[in-house]
Amino acid sequence: MRSPILQTAAKYLLPILLLFSAFLLLRGHYHPGGGFVGGLVASIAFVLHSFAYGTDNTMKLLWYKPLTLIPIGLMIASAAMFAPVLFGLPVMTGLWFDQPIPVIGMIGSALFFDLGVYLVVIGVVLTILFTISLYTH
Amino acid sequence: MLLIVLSGLITSCLLIPFGKFFRSKWSLSLAVLPLALFMYFAGHIPFISQGNTIVESHRWVPSLSVNFDFSLNGLSLLFSLLITGIGSIIFIYASSYLKGHVYQDRFLGYLCLFMSAMLGVVLSDNILLLFVFWELTSISSFFLIGFNNDNSESRKSAITALSITGLGGFFLLAGLILMSQVAGTYSIGKLVESAQVITDHQYYPIIIALVFVGAFTKSAQFPFHFWLPGAMKAPTPVSAYLHSATMVKAGIFLLARFTPVLGGTDAWSWTLMAVGGFTMIYAAFHSLFRIDLKGVLAYSTISALGILTFLIGMGSEEALIAACTFIVVHALYKATLFLVTGIIDHETGTRDLTKLSGLRAVLVPVFIAGLLAALSSAGLPLSVGFIGKDLIYEATLHADATVSMYLTAAAILTNICLVAAGFMAGIRPFTGKLNPAFEKVHLPHATMWIPPLVLGILGFILGFFPGILGKYVVTAVLNGMTGMPAAVELKIWHGFNLVLLLSIGTLVVGAVLYLLNKPRAGSLQLLERFNRLSPQAVFGDISHFFVSFSERYTNLFHNGFLRSYLLKIIVFAEILLLYELLIGGPIFIDYSQLSPITFYEAANVFILIGAVIMTVTTSSRLTAVVGTSVIGYAICLMFVFYSAPDLAITQFTIDTLTVVLFVFVLFNLPSFLNFSTNNKATVVRDAFVAISFGVILSIIAIKVLQQPTSIDISNYYGKYAYELAKGKNVVNVILVDFRGFDTMFEIVVLSIAALGVYSLLKLRLKSSEKE
Repeated sequence: MRSPILQTAAKYLLPILLLFSAFLLLRGHYHPGGGFVGGLVASIAFVLHSFAYGTDNTMKLLWYKPLTLIPIGLMIASAAMFAPVLFGLPVMTGLWFDQPIPVIGMIGSALFFDLGVYLVVIGVVLTILFTISLYTH
Repeated sequence: MLLIVLSGLITSCLLIPFGKFFRSKWSLSLAVLPLALFMYFAGHIPFISQGNTIVESHRWVPSLSVNFDFSLNGLSLLFSLLITGIGSIIFIYASSYLKGHVYQDRFLGYLCLFMSAMLGVVLSDNILLLFVFWELTSISSFFLIGFNNDNSESRKSAITALSITGLGGFFLLAGLILMSQVAGTYSIGKLVESAQVITDHQYYPIIIALVFVGAFTKSAQFPFHFWLPGAMKAPTPVSAYLHSATMVKAGIFLLARFTPVLGGTDAWSWTLMAVGGFTMIYAAFHSLFRIDLKGVLAYSTISALGILTFLIGMGSEEALIAACTFIVVHALYKATLFLVTGIIDHETGTRDLTKLSGLRAVLVPVFIAGLLAALSSAGLPLSVGFIGKDLIYEATLHADATVSMYLTAAAILTNICLVAAGFMAGIRPFTGKLNPAFEKVHLPHATMWIPPLVLGILGFILGFFPGILGKYVVTAVLNGMTGMPAAVELKIWHGFNLVLLLSIGTLVVGAVLYLLNKPRAGSLQLLERFNRLSPQAVFGDISHFFVSFSERYTNLFHNGFLRSYLLKIIVFAEILLLYELLIGGPIFIDYSQLSPITFYEAANVFILIGAVIMTVTTSSRLTAVVGTSVIGYAICLMFVFYSAPDLAITQFTIDTLTVVLFVFVLFNLPSFLNFSTNNKATVVRDAFVAISFGVILSIIAIKVLQQPTSIDISNYYGKYAYELAKGKNVVNVILVDFRGFDTMFEIVVLSIAALGVYSLLKLRLKSSEKE
């Protein structure tokens, strides 16, 4: 059962929700939001797409298995965690660029850490949901 | 010295990538390692035998006082020479014994690992380091016993050996730590200096009891001896190396090493003499009834270990000389007998004494090696065994006059049985008429029969020139143990005296016993009737009890129904919380502090209650799922009302995804159980548990309000979130900065969960594809 209304809506909602998730991720340090919620919103975007078009089509859209996002995210998070060691500071010390970047604002190691969390959350949620949906029917 | 100790470990690690080169062609070349180490230690003989000690120290974990502190004294030197010397022989032998075996490289790797661990045990000066290596020997022994891992008997023996020696290891660790607490040092060298403090301390009995359990389990003393016969499931080179010449002597080494620290008291010597004495007689007697060649050797080994414990317990200078001479004697003849047995097993395919006979016709050099070893074990004059036995008798005869007769009698009885057992293992398979089935038996590769022959001949060389042994080795050991300079002279001829008479008598009676004692399966069965009472059966019963207890426990608490798990968890939490509430005193509610109820909140609570009622009464699972998500959203609204936007968004998305997850798995779940129609009792019980849990949590929530709140933490985060972490959203700053480690581990846990789901479902798919 494919509903044209849902499919049309999903087509436009997917990029909007992804944009929103990125917005949540970036504003997290100053306003409500953050990597975890951002990741959840992004996965909801894909889940919505999979409801409308079927999980197989969503997987095609993703190019890679969502599982691959997990190690990438873990690597980014741990790189952010250990980057201060290169400057002779304790692990997890916050590092910040001196000047704010247009649109995004201040950028520091915390943002990269959050980015790692964001990717891991997307990877985990989509892996669990899509594996169940693909392999249990 | 660090490199020397770790060389085996490094080699075994290198065998992982390069193992295939050593599988058949180059396996012999690995023997270079123990040979080189043997040369290294042999080079130290002149220096150490003058009573010197070499000390070396490297930092490892200084904060825990675990450092690579090594010391090479006479005692360590004797054991190092045994480990590397017998090790070289075993490596050469094993290269042919396991020729063509798929896992030969793995086997040699385990042997290297073991050698490294054993060297560590004998060279460590730090007692925690000693313990680390001690456990490593147990672990490598586990792998070697279970080497034929497709055989269930062999796996079982490996686990028995590991659990007995591992259990002993725990006791030993406790004893060592207690000892170091009393003396205030982890160094054995320093412990010796504070020996007086330890022996006078009130914990002294506990310390020696713990150390004894460790030593007795490792050295297979009664009642822990039964793992050793089981360990004979290992390939024969392993039995010769670990379970006769070296590892089982680690317990003896431990006792000898701690003699200067803990020894000299009545409790020490009487316990050791009683346990060692009983073990030596018990095992020597048992060895006579075995029909498996390795069984005979296993029990006679236990008996020999008993003799060593007994001698260390006596503690006089003569006894210690006897003990360290006997260590060498035993290693030489027992390793030979094991290697001979290995050849017989390898060539004929059996170790059954009732079937083996007349092999002297086909395996001449092996027969010579077996004969030499058996004669040395019997203590024939001019063999090194003769000297060993003389020293034992001398030590028992010169003991305290009131007991010396009993001690000597025990030693004689043991030795008579051991003479017969040695003949059974070394001579019986070769005498009599050749069994026609074995006519085609031929000599194995030279690398197999030369090693036992060398060891056998060495036993006689040292017997001819006992001065070498006495001057260079025994003197050094005695120096190391007593700390006093001593000059030991071993001689072949002591003149006509009581010792010589006893020695000859033992030999004759033992030989007669050998001739009378024909191997029969019947006598073994007769002995097995008493097995109900044996320690092995008792330990078996205990472990069986644990298994059945955990089975019952598991079935009670883990019956596989999620609802029953939830019920147990909640009831348990209720009991704990109720107890806390009861002892916490009365509760007051300060109404003036509570904020007024707004219209939105009231409406939200109304929706919440409606959703709860719908969820518990519906007969459709889909409705129940929708109901729970309504509850979730209502709670999100609560968070919004009370200004927790971060929490609200997260909860909102999580609730959405939960519904999605439910929809995905809905069709795969078992049919929806609804108790409300058919089982009133269950409904009442669940309702009671649920409502009381809700009530308890509400009371706790109210109680929290009346607690004086400490706002230091909130102030701290509020202040420093911007100053230090440059963030205005405190929640997020805590997540990614202040408590970033937690977040890191949380995402790791999430990843593991995802991988778990992925692999479980994939796995199920694979198995259904097979069908």
